[in-house]
Amino acid sequence: MAEGSLLRDALVYLGAAVVCVPLAQRFGLGSVLGYLIAGCVIGPWGLGLVQEAASTLHFGEFGVVLMLFLIGLELDLKRLMQMRGSVFGGGSLQMAACGALLAAGLLAAGLAWHSALAAGLAMAMSSTAVAVQSMNERNLLGAPVGKSAFAILLFQDIAAIPLIALVPLLGVQAAGADPGWLQAIKALAAIAGVIVIGRFLTRPAMRLIAQTDVREIFTAFALLLVIGIAQLMTLAGLSMALGAFLAGVLLASSEYRHALEADIAPFKGLLLGLFFIAVGMSIDFGVVLREPALLALLLAGLLTLKGIGLWLIAPRLGVAPRERWLFAALLAQGGEFAFVVFGVARGAQLLPQRWEALLTAAVALSMAATPLLIILAYRYAARHGTLAREDDVIENEHAEVLIAGFGRYGQIVARLLLAHDVRITVLDHDPDQIELIRKFGYKVFYGDATRIDLLEAAGAAQAKLLVVAIDQVEDSLALVDLARQEFPKLKIIARARNVRHWMELTERGVTAIERETFESSLRSGRAALEALGMPPYEAREFADDFRRRNIATLRAMLPHFRDESKSLALAKSGRAELEENLRRDREARSHRGGAQGWQ
Amino acid sequence: MILLIYAHPHHSRSIAQRALLEAVIDLPRLTFHPLYDRYPDFAIDVAAEQALMRRAQLVIWQHPLYWYAPPALLKLWYEDVLTRGWAFGEGGDALAGKDCLWVTSTGALPEAYQAGGAHQHDFAAFEPVVKQTARFCKMNWQEPIVVHGAHRIDAAMLAQHAAQYRARLQAWSQAHG
Repeated sequence: MAEGSLLRDALVYLGAAVVCVPLAQRFGLGSVLGYLIAGCVIGPWGLGLVQEAASTLHFGEFGVVLMLFLIGLELDLKRLMQMRGSVFGGGSLQMAACGALLAAGLLAAGLAWHSALAAGLAMAMSSTAVAVQSMNERNLLGAPVGKSAFAILLFQDIAAIPLIALVPLLGVQAAGADPGWLQAIKALAAIAGVIVIGRFLTRPAMRLIAQTDVREIFTAFALLLVIGIAQLMTLAGLSMALGAFLAGVLLASSEYRHALEADIAPFKGLLLGLFFIAVGMSIDFGVVLREPALLALLLAGLLTLKGIGLWLIAPRLGVAPRERWLFAALLAQGGEFAFVVFGVARGAQLLPQRWEALLTAAVALSMAATPLLIILAYRYAARHGTLAREDDVIENEHAEVLIAGFGRYGQIVARLLLAHDVRITVLDHDPDQIELIRKFGYKVFYGDATRIDLLEAAGAAQAKLLVVAIDQVEDSLALVDLARQEFPKLKIIARARNVRHWMELTERGVTAIERETFESSLRSGRAALEALGMPPYEAREFADDFRRRNIATLRAMLPHFRDESKSLALAKSGRAELEENLRRDREARSHRGGAQGWQ
Repeated sequence: MILLIYAHPHHSRSIAQRALLEAVIDLPRLTFHPLYDRYPDFAIDVAAEQALMRRAQLVIWQHPLYWYAPPALLKLWYEDVLTRGWAFGEGGDALAGKDCLWVTSTGALPEAYQAGGAHQHDFAAFEPVVKQTARFCKMNWQEPIVVHGAHRIDAAMLAQHAAQYRARLQAWSQAHG
């Protein structure tokens, strides 16, 4: 692809996405449908701006890989092991039930039995991209229905590999694949490779890279890691997405998890968008126009049969009765694996070209129909009052308090909170610091707290408090700006390095500010007064008074602090006033303690 | 051991309390424990206070009377140190049998403490809160020492109170070997 056409394509894709997705969102259709429509519009059957649907689809599939990696990061091994029952039990049940129903349907539609079986199983698989993205948009991934759906998608990712391998065997000629035992050895070696990389190599490597403090190299490494694992899996004939998922799970308990999430998430979003655009582009409207009735029948058959299958098995998978239709709507579409299987099946002369085109179009349209089906399922549920409010099902595993900066200042705050059993998440960008602290069993994450994506990953939307203990003034202010703008409900407690910083923070509406040396200086001042013979309690009163006046002076200076000359003059008059006040105070005291007497 | 728990936020400006204190502070076996010096931030070390109390045989609460009650820090000390299961309630026998002496001063003249006076009640009406605190902790309540009119008391009168205070403690010391 020439450089010019690469940029031109990027222009087309980004332009289409920027126009269509917000529009789709505006009409409540969700981003997935927006991307699909964008794809239809720019594709060969729309404006014809881009022709290469197949290669774009292939490239966009990497978005699915990144998505699985991110999902893996959210799960650790323990939770994955808890899921194994629903993955293998629920997944195989779904494949069997839906595969049988769809194969029977296709048989009735006139396909030969082995073709019907291959295509039926292929269509029994759902689209991880569409389903997960839709669940993401509705915060369903943590809910029981989302977990059941995800377990099934995970099983399909595993099942796709033997299916793709076995389809040629159903056909007249077997493809020139490796013998079974060699395949198995390769697969095992690749999985072992992923485990070694994820478990033992990545953390030290990331630590070294983090120490260089070049942020884009960390991003580059994160992408390199996922692409590398994807390639390794491809070499072994396994699913790229599955490998990335495994790597994500292995890194879920690492301190770099949030940084990885933050770095990968934008790429995932864009590539997944590209994937949906490519699906939209690959809908063959020629077929649609030639045989609209048959296609409509196939589409309706796919959604109906699969939906019924899902609806029937839902209770066995722990889906609540009120969520059965939602569950069916989430998974009723055909998936990206179907495209691959159809391609392989046609290669093996199992599927006539006409059928391949028809089924591919039906699957693509079923993906496009998913957001609408989900909306219908919600409407249905709303009318029957059976769906709980979405908020209730969100699983909240995030900490109550985020502490940005884990130096001498943040550590004291954190230790105090931990001693009180408060759940905290700490963000710091000094890898040495993190390594040390982790040894003591604290939960610390590596990353630059001034990035919105990292804040999101750390759970800023769910947290109650943000403690800004960063020692860089610019970073501290940037973080406060970001937090106030994006998470207005988050209460901020800030450390100020100096008076100017205090002013900047106050100007931003932060009220809980401590100047980092002020209180300890006051303490020393008290100790000095005591050493000179002042009783401790009087020294305290004196210091309290001093603090009050000092803060009042700062507040008076606040409106003028940007005006250098004025603020200087005011600082002087403030000091003069303070002296005056203290003198008055001393006089008042000697008066009080004088002739009148005291108990 | 005599434990003199002293609560005066502004001892340096005091007249009456200072005179009372100076009369007894040099007595042998007396531990002087000024709360406002020890805890200017009101962060009372409960364990240390309880350990001190355990060693005492006579506990003195000495303070000026503010608003008919002990100063804030001594009130907080009651709340923090005299805990259930230690000073009272089940197993709360740490203070049982100790003697307790209340030494206080008021700003008003004795005449103010009667019906029709500034404070409307006899001074005896203000004693039960402190007295019952000691008794609830199973301590033996001693006859309190009260100095009225501390703002304008004349030196001779004050010296007389101070001497009585010292004599009381000396007598107690002799009686308790």
